[in-house]
Amino acid sequence: MRLSLPTNPPLLRRILTAFIANEVRKVGIERVVVGLSGGVDSAVSCMLAAEALGPHNVLAIKMPYKASSAESLQHADLVIERSRVEALCVEITPEVDAYFERFPDADNMRRGNKMARERMTILYDHSARWKGLVLGTSNKTELLLGYGTLHGDMASAINPIGDLYKTQVWALAELIGVPDPIIVKQPSADLWAGQTDEAELGFGYREVDSLLYLMVDKRYSRAELYAAGFPEAFVKRVVDMVRNSQFKRRLPVIAKISDRTIDRDFRYARDWGR
Amino acid sequence: MADFAFNVAAVQLNPRLGDVDANLALYEQRVGAARAAGANLIVFPELSLTGYFLKDMVSTVALRLDSLEVRKLKELSRGIGLVAGLIEETDDYRFYNSAVYFEDGEIKYIHRKVYLPTYGLFDEGRYVGRGNRVRAFDSQFGRAAMLVCEDMWHPSTVYITALDHALLVLCPSNSPLRGITDGQDHDNNARYWEMLNSMYAQTFSLFIVYANRVGFEDGVGFWGGSEIVGPSGERLAKAKYYEEDLIVASVNLKEARRQRVMSPLLRDEDIDLTLDELTRIRGRMASDAPAKSAPRDRCAADSERSKLRKRRTVVGRQPSKTRKARVSLSGATKRRGPKARRSR
Repeated sequence: MRLSLPTNPPLLRRILTAFIANEVRKVGIERVVVGLSGGVDSAVSCMLAAEALGPHNVLAIKMPYKASSAESLQHADLVIERSRVEALCVEITPEVDAYFERFPDADNMRRGNKMARERMTILYDHSARWKGLVLGTSNKTELLLGYGTLHGDMASAINPIGDLYKTQVWALAELIGVPDPIIVKQPSADLWAGQTDEAELGFGYREVDSLLYLMVDKRYSRAELYAAGFPEAFVKRVVDMVRNSQFKRRLPVIAKISDRTIDRDFRYARDWGR
Repeated sequence: MADFAFNVAAVQLNPRLGDVDANLALYEQRVGAARAAGANLIVFPELSLTGYFLKDMVSTVALRLDSLEVRKLKELSRGIGLVAGLIEETDDYRFYNSAVYFEDGEIKYIHRKVYLPTYGLFDEGRYVGRGNRVRAFDSQFGRAAMLVCEDMWHPSTVYITALDHALLVLCPSNSPLRGITDGQDHDNNARYWEMLNSMYAQTFSLFIVYANRVGFEDGVGFWGGSEIVGPSGERLAKAKYYEEDLIVASVNLKEARRQRVMSPLLRDEDIDLTLDELTRIRGRMASDAPAKSAPRDRCAADSERSKLRKRRTVVGRQPSKTRKARVSLSGATKRRGPKARRSR
């Protein structure tokens, strides 16, 4: 079941570069820091930022683990070369291995999450050191499905691609010059050998994007989705994934005691006074 | 009035959220630039003195009409007309999303936004009160009206101002970009607005000055695209999308005359028909509401029969409309805001 989502890469490029420039500069900062994995999402975020702020104002940090594929690092280097951004490599093996020496029975999921959170801490440390905002790289598909690590790769100050489905990220990548090998390869979190997103999820991105676009953007009911040709089991699984991951998209649940509780009746924009 | 020309400017700027002083400085700057470009009437976007996603800041950025800031705006308007967008605070501490028209040092008219979008990304109805007036007013530029953003999405408002003899509709707006379609250089919301402005300008053969802002607040971008549209629907001036800009156009009211001679739609408009039909529809809405005193164990059939009886007396043309009857009817069904909707 393939439906073409609207993409309009030239308009996306225009709006998203304006977004980055506006939301960074208004808080009195000139730069961003971004974790460059070698995947298409971080490549797009990084290259949009280079256009918006100038490449000397973007610091791309590669954070490989000993089991990361060599290809990922090469792809990250392709992006750095093409966009001419500042770059740094900080291997995370020593600290991650030290931790798991104490807890050797940890499964892949725990190890993967620890790595994602270790990368987050590195980005935030360099954000302070270098005075750049942490740029997000999570797309709408993975945010809706909950396919990301809470306080890990999901953490950022501003996220230019958080309202783009994977399909739209690919289309934008082509326009802004992300190197081809990155666009055409199988997406992977690269947290353990042979991992691919689509094998883990059990469906393809283009498939699920068609479904999510109708379900979320167009508010199709279940009946309408079945009528559109999506298999019932697929729809049910995706609905469950979206609902069960809602906690990842909200602030922690705070017990209300006072007359004015944070984010409930104490409501201000992040851009408060900006 | 037939051959009366003046220059109108729409200022497309990026206000600072919650910083009235900074925005007032922007106003001063832009008024200077617009005057230098020959503008006699300058329109700023909705809430451009305060920013849009104010949330709990509404009460801190609100301005009384006797405040220092409003006095500064009066000064800025010497010798010209100026439309400012701000949060108005009344003497009894109510807050409104208001468009204030200043002319040569005085406040001439205030329009409080009536239709407050409170759905999707919008939450206006939570923070400010609803306006309860839609009317034209006299200005040195002829008879004009102000409608704020969402007000224009209700054709009734433009209809009322056109029937109230407005030849110039000033629309301060704060419109967020959203929705993309392949092959367009602007977003879907921008496209919808352009269609709306052109349609209203033609249908009511009047001028529309649409002033929108740019910039971002918490990731929501505003599409700009300000425009001045003539009574034949054609664009007299168009601002950039997504970037600050200033547009000026010469408006000559004789263009409205030319259009109305060719297509006297307003002349032929039957306001009595509209009122009759709306009254009928409103009456039917009232009779559809569950009767307050209906006993709960009333059998269904009886209840249906009673409803039908009520409908038959309300539907069908009302007896001759004397002005007195209409006034008392409109008095009896005076707008009660949200409560009226609940009774539907």
